[in-house]
Amino acid sequence: MIIRIMGEGQYNVKSSNFDKLNKIDNKIVEYVQKGDEKRYKKGLADLIGMIHREGIKVDNEDLIESDVIVPPADMTLEEARQVFRGTGIFKG
Amino acid sequence: MGLLNRMAAIIAAKMNKLIGAAEDPRETLDYSYEKQLELLQNVKRGVAEVTTSKKRLELQKSTLLQNSEKLEDQAREAVRANREDLAKLALERKNLLSTQISGLDKEISTLASEQEKLVEAEKRLSTKIEVFRSKKETIKAQYSAAEAQVKISESVSGISEEMADVGMSIERAENKTQEMKARASALDELLDKGVLVDFSSSGDDIDRELAKISQKGGVESELARIKAEEKK
Repeated sequence: MIIRIMGEGQYNVKSSNFDKLNKIDNKIVEYVQKGDEKRYKKGLADLIGMIHREGIKVDNEDLIESDVIVPPADMTLEEARQVFRGTGIFKG
Repeated sequence: MGLLNRMAAIIAAKMNKLIGAAEDPRETLDYSYEKQLELLQNVKRGVAEVTTSKKRLELQKSTLLQNSEKLEDQAREAVRANREDLAKLALERKNLLSTQISGLDKEISTLASEQEKLVEAEKRLSTKIEVFRSKKETIKAQYSAAEAQVKISESVSGISEEMADVGMSIERAENKTQEMKARASALDELLDKGVLVDFSSSGDDIDRELAKISQKGGVESELARIKAEEKK
């Protein structure tokens, strides 16, 4: 599957990693709801670290759509809240 | 709904806005290409803006550093003149400046990393635009409107996702730059008002006091300074 890390580019990651990805994603949601900034940051860093480890960078010349979109590595807790609220630049 | 699903939905919505709906799908190609070039200009402007803001902060930092050195000198001079009270005052002000300086350092490094990210984004985007341009010409030349549809949606979607991403990167960088601009203006104002006095220019109360001492103390003060320096 193709994963885009926003602000960074696309990675080709084995689809077998999907469950792991989902697990971290669920935890991140929990931390955002609780307002636990430290764990939220760690969760996001883990998510991105996993993609860097498991993935192969997609060539800049490829024009392909991603299966998964991962927020930028430096997204703040407040921005993550905006994502769920659909406000600010994260308005759909 | 997870964060990843939300992100995908946001990007999809932004992509839809970028793609637009043309009667002839081949027009979609030209429309998208136009938008791509516009966006590339925006990225370039974004890079320039971040660079300018960073330079401004660096300039402020060097002003504050100069002031800080001046205060250090004043403190030393005050000690030599046995004016501990003045020395303390100068050192207190110097501390205040140090806090400001380390705040600026953080902001400068944030802007440096934004700058780096945007430069990378510009590179990625311009490579993709170039690829798109040549695909566009091939598709327009070789396929009928109906046949072109599939070919077009692949490449347009691929590049639109990149555009949505780059668009948001620019907005985030702009937000950060705006915040820092506001703080930089506030700092400039403080420097102008003399709250964080530009000690190097006109001369403040410490300078005046020291001037009095040096007038009074005259030769002795001069002698003490030289003695102290000789001891080092």
